[in-house]
Amino acid sequence: MKALKTLTNGIIKENPVFRLVLGTCPTLAVTTSVRNGIGMGLAATVVLVGSNLVISLLRKVIPDKVRIPAYITIISGFVTIVQMLLKAYLPELDKELGIYIPLIVVNCIILARAEMFANKNNALLSIFDGIGMGLGFTVALLTIGTVRELLGAGTWFGMTVTANLFEPALIIILPPGGFLVFGIIMGLVNKFSAMSSTENKGCASCPLPCGASGKGKEGQV
Amino acid sequence: MNEILMIAISAVLVNNFVLSQFLGICPFLGVSKKLETALGMGGAVVFVMTVASCITRAIYDLFLFPNGLDYLNTIVFILIIASLVQFVEVVLKKFLPTLYRALGIYLPLITTNCAVLGAALINIDKGYNVLNSTLYGFFAGVGFTLALVLFAGVRERLEYSDIPESLKGLPIALIAAALVSMAFLGFKGLFGI
Repeated sequence: MKALKTLTNGIIKENPVFRLVLGTCPTLAVTTSVRNGIGMGLAATVVLVGSNLVISLLRKVIPDKVRIPAYITIISGFVTIVQMLLKAYLPELDKELGIYIPLIVVNCIILARAEMFANKNNALLSIFDGIGMGLGFTVALLTIGTVRELLGAGTWFGMTVTANLFEPALIIILPPGGFLVFGIIMGLVNKFSAMSSTENKGCASCPLPCGASGKGKEGQV
Repeated sequence: MNEILMIAISAVLVNNFVLSQFLGICPFLGVSKKLETALGMGGAVVFVMTVASCITRAIYDLFLFPNGLDYLNTIVFILIIASLVQFVEVVLKKFLPTLYRALGIYLPLITTNCAVLGAALINIDKGYNVLNSTLYGFFAGVGFTLALVLFAGVRERLEYSDIPESLKGLPIALIAAALVSMAFLGFKGLFGI
């Protein structure tokens, strides 16, 4: 039961992108189309599950002081595996995602889950957490990718769906559109989550030094 | 000389790391609230990125590529960057305490800044030599700082604006970033880059 709760937790309640505000770089960069978004989401999920499993198994072995470098090494090992698999079997996707695949190493979602979850829980739960968080990330990328591809190119998964109802606004799939769509969707999520948990967790809950939360406690980033 | 100019314009304006390649968004949103912190963070990033680009490229050329180990570059680069940041921190503390006081608190934040690893990887992709890689790292850092400083100005104004409740904080910052990014879109095609 607890496993199921862990699994669903990541998808909605603690969605890594919209609720925890982690992993903004790939979120903005690869959502120019639905296909790229899903590819990135699944690649990150594989890394997340693998690193969560290994870190949780090794949590009693890794000395506390060097845990962050140890996590980074484990994560980059999995990223390299995923990168090689993509190159071999989906070379087209690999080309489109480009450097954002190796950059999964510094994706805060993965390090944050290692530090906040895998570090403290058993292997099984950590796997479920990895799957849940990975799916949550994928769902978020799918949502943003859908909006951007529909408005910016008039297609969905490469299929023309808007016929000629409107002229696609190219700006949406260019960099400014990424910021704009993400900002508006996040605003909507805030509005409809009914202020039930007004303390915006944001990066403040993340123990990692990625810089987003600055030094002081800032309720909202 | 011409090539250097091209690298500079491309890295600072046309392919700005933050506003058109989405590298280093976390610190961009995190420390752009005040001009002062934006400058501090920018300085630290320029410094680390320049040194990291130089070292990663040299290690790739001298060690990884000749031994057919180039598939390991992600692991090697992130470890180099992590240890470099530690090393820079120790050296600055010992020999340049003034600089350390200015940049010190930003240094640990840089390991997980994807702009640094991004620059190292782009250098390999583009096939720059060690000198050009170092320059690219430097100018990409300058571009990052420029974006951060410009955006800090925008955010200082946002502080005093009347913003709808659900857009407060991050959402409005992202929408403002969209406008700044749109301005940078105007550089596309400059000198045919």
